[in-house]
Amino acid sequence: MLRDITLGQYYRADSVIHRLDPRVKIVATFAFIISLFIVKNFIGYLIAGLFLAVCIRLSQVPPRFIFRGMKTIFFLLIITMVFNLFLTAGEPIFTFWKFQITKEGIKLAAMMGIRLVFLITGSSLMTLTTTPNNLTDGLESLLGPLKKVRVPVHEISMMMSIALRFIPILMEETDKIMKAQMARGADFESGSIINRAKNLVPLLVPLFISAFRRANDLAMAMEARCYRGGEGRTKMKPLIYKKRDFIAYLVIVLYLVLIVVMGRILFR
Amino acid sequence: MKEMISTDKLVFEYIRRDEEGNVEGITRAVDEVDLRVKQGQFIAILGHNGSGKSTLAKHFNALLFPTEGEVYIDGMLTDKEENLWEIRQEAGMVFQNPDNQIIGQVVEEDVGFGPENMGVPTEEIWERVDESLKAVRMDKFRKSSPNHLSGGQKQRVSIAGVIAMHPKCIIMDEPTAMLDPNGRREVIRAARALNQVEGITVILITHYMEEVVDADRVFVMDKGRIVMEGTPRQVFSQVEKLKELRLGVPQVTMLAYELRKSGLPIPDPILSRKELVEALKACR
Amino acid sequence: MSIIVNHVNYIYEEDTAMAHPALIDINLQIPEGQFIGLIGHTGSGKSTLIQHLNGLIKPTSGEIFYNNQDINEPGYNKKVLRSQVGLVFQYPEHQLFETDCFKDVCFGPKNMGLPKKEVELRAYTALKQVGFEDEYFYQSPFDLSGGQKRRVAIAGVLAMKPEVLILDEPTAGLDPKGREDILRLISDLHAKMRITVILVSHSMEDVADYVDRIIVMNKGRVAFDAPPKEVFAHYRELEEMELAAPQVTYCMQDLAAAGFDVDTSVTTLEEAKKEILKAFGKC
Repeated sequence: MLRDITLGQYYRADSVIHRLDPRVKIVATFAFIISLFIVKNFIGYLIAGLFLAVCIRLSQVPPRFIFRGMKTIFFLLIITMVFNLFLTAGEPIFTFWKFQITKEGIKLAAMMGIRLVFLITGSSLMTLTTTPNNLTDGLESLLGPLKKVRVPVHEISMMMSIALRFIPILMEETDKIMKAQMARGADFESGSIINRAKNLVPLLVPLFISAFRRANDLAMAMEARCYRGGEGRTKMKPLIYKKRDFIAYLVIVLYLVLIVVMGRILFR
Repeated sequence: MKEMISTDKLVFEYIRRDEEGNVEGITRAVDEVDLRVKQGQFIAILGHNGSGKSTLAKHFNALLFPTEGEVYIDGMLTDKEENLWEIRQEAGMVFQNPDNQIIGQVVEEDVGFGPENMGVPTEEIWERVDESLKAVRMDKFRKSSPNHLSGGQKQRVSIAGVIAMHPKCIIMDEPTAMLDPNGRREVIRAARALNQVEGITVILITHYMEEVVDADRVFVMDKGRIVMEGTPRQVFSQVEKLKELRLGVPQVTMLAYELRKSGLPIPDPILSRKELVEALKACR
Repeated sequence: MSIIVNHVNYIYEEDTAMAHPALIDINLQIPEGQFIGLIGHTGSGKSTLIQHLNGLIKPTSGEIFYNNQDINEPGYNKKVLRSQVGLVFQYPEHQLFETDCFKDVCFGPKNMGLPKKEVELRAYTALKQVGFEDEYFYQSPFDLSGGQKRRVAIAGVLAMKPEVLILDEPTAGLDPKGREDILRLISDLHAKMRITVILVSHSMEDVADYVDRIIVMNKGRVAFDAPPKEVFAHYRELEEMELAAPQVTYCMQDLAAAGFDVDTSVTTLEEAKKEILKAFGKC
């Protein structure tokens, strides 16, 4: 059933990483990404890699799930590396026809490759260990201060969680509509691009109409249950920092210090 | 007994517009309805599609406001802004489409949605969620995703979501229209339990006649008006009139009606199989 | 013999953790001209089965023959198949998309590549067949009542002139009168056009009144395949499948148990009335 598709890619397990407060995980992912851009040498990447490996190990998520996300960026990765490899000026090692590979080029390509792989792995780890729901809660709480400058943080996060709930339903509905139209001879698979776009009309019209109806129904149902925005609302599952979350923050700070010292200052 | 709902010459009109937004005409969806519901009653409102029953129901939760006339919920006038949230808390509403009224991605979180909105403290929300899920016998599914439940189960979750707000009255707007026979039974059973065990006033809107046999009182609507009113027995004895109103009667009632027309002396009306057997035994 | 389903198995979401059998060893023969009721509770596999019949789903193993040709053979024209085995889905909202009803009904024949004149003629005939008044032809299908929408949806499939018409829960969400109207319409179409009709439903009363044959699905298998009387005689087993016989069948059981001399295999109101009157010596 299409309804089983979860957005993001949550992997159910009961690990330390899973149990961490979503805010910690968001901050950690952010810190990790920043760290990747701070480091200038391979020792730095080694530290980042080790840190990531330890986190993956702790999360109990099988590595194949983590590397599955890599498939989608494979081409991006290759292109980035090739560009850096050939287009970096410096001391040539190898030349043929108009191309030359330089020492700097190899170094830069390797660094870019590692950086991208780490970046994707790190953020996948966050989405694999945090339910979309938790993630929105975490974001809402972290962005809370923005409320002061009139950013509708609560509304944004409510919209996100409603979207998360309805995307699988709408995907299933898309499938049903497609089949209903195919039963009348509609063709969604062949023809030129223009024709294909035209052929989408019988799919999109019913889908939009249904989406609007659902939105309308849902708004009414929410109102009937006394929803009136974030003001005065309590939470069934408030985010409360536990001891392990403070430890995690400490680990993140230590990691950042270590990476700045080792990756930037000590070994230039 | 105290009056839970009362309407006084309630009229609701909406303006029809064409594609350019010009006024085409005015439709009177609810027409001078006077209706009284006492606390603790199980009420059914019957009517074919388009008879105005859903529009009427939405007035009981202050989702719609009368064009003319007045609606009182537990003595509170719905038109008054300051009564709005109390009315919505006291008179909960369950809608037709189970998918379009569940907000949470996990069953228990959805049930907690109402209390969260009301500002109930966290600990009490958990207590309310527990008791509500138990009341509809969905406590086993509290950690499930609503997308994995059957239609009947989803509707029970919706009912739990309303109970968690501690209402005095639940209005169910065709809660069974999109369900299969099992789902329908589950939902009706849950509604009846609420009424009998918890003493909550239930207003069931439906076009399935089988579901209203045990109601305390039945209202039948047509063209925005209440055209019949009484106990199920009184209403079901008028088979011809119900047919005219695009409604049917349960198959046993219909069978008994046909037999009576053919000359068997069967009392009017028959609401269950047991009654039919007894009546036929008496004829022998 | 128009449709033959031969040892069909279908595994849902194969290759994933969610894999489970949706259809298990289905064997059916559907000759031309029958009116068949397909019943089963939600999740019994009945929707999956009908989607196999017009090639929307491919079986994991086994074959489906339409007029003696395997429909899943490479090169078999599924578009033509879908015009011959017409399938009307449960919610008309899933197929109506045009600005007016007439255009919407034209969609099917247009996809068959017919000339414009033929397309319009077919759309007109189809709308007439479902009892649609001329004055509604150019109305937006979204403004119609539930029953009317359903008629347009059925016309949209009829316009392709199918030999087999499959309807998935055509009465869902309609009021009693609306249900009766649609069922009567389908029964008329079957009688007048002599097409094969497969009616998917979970309402026993609806099915019992009209069909010649009932196929009961349970947990992906065919549990019963017989005329209504024979199927409803198994009312105890039906209850275990979360189904039930029509209310009148139970009445007759009750009456027989109370010592009345009545036939318990009755499935429709008309028959029940006759039986009881007979028992009282009134006819």
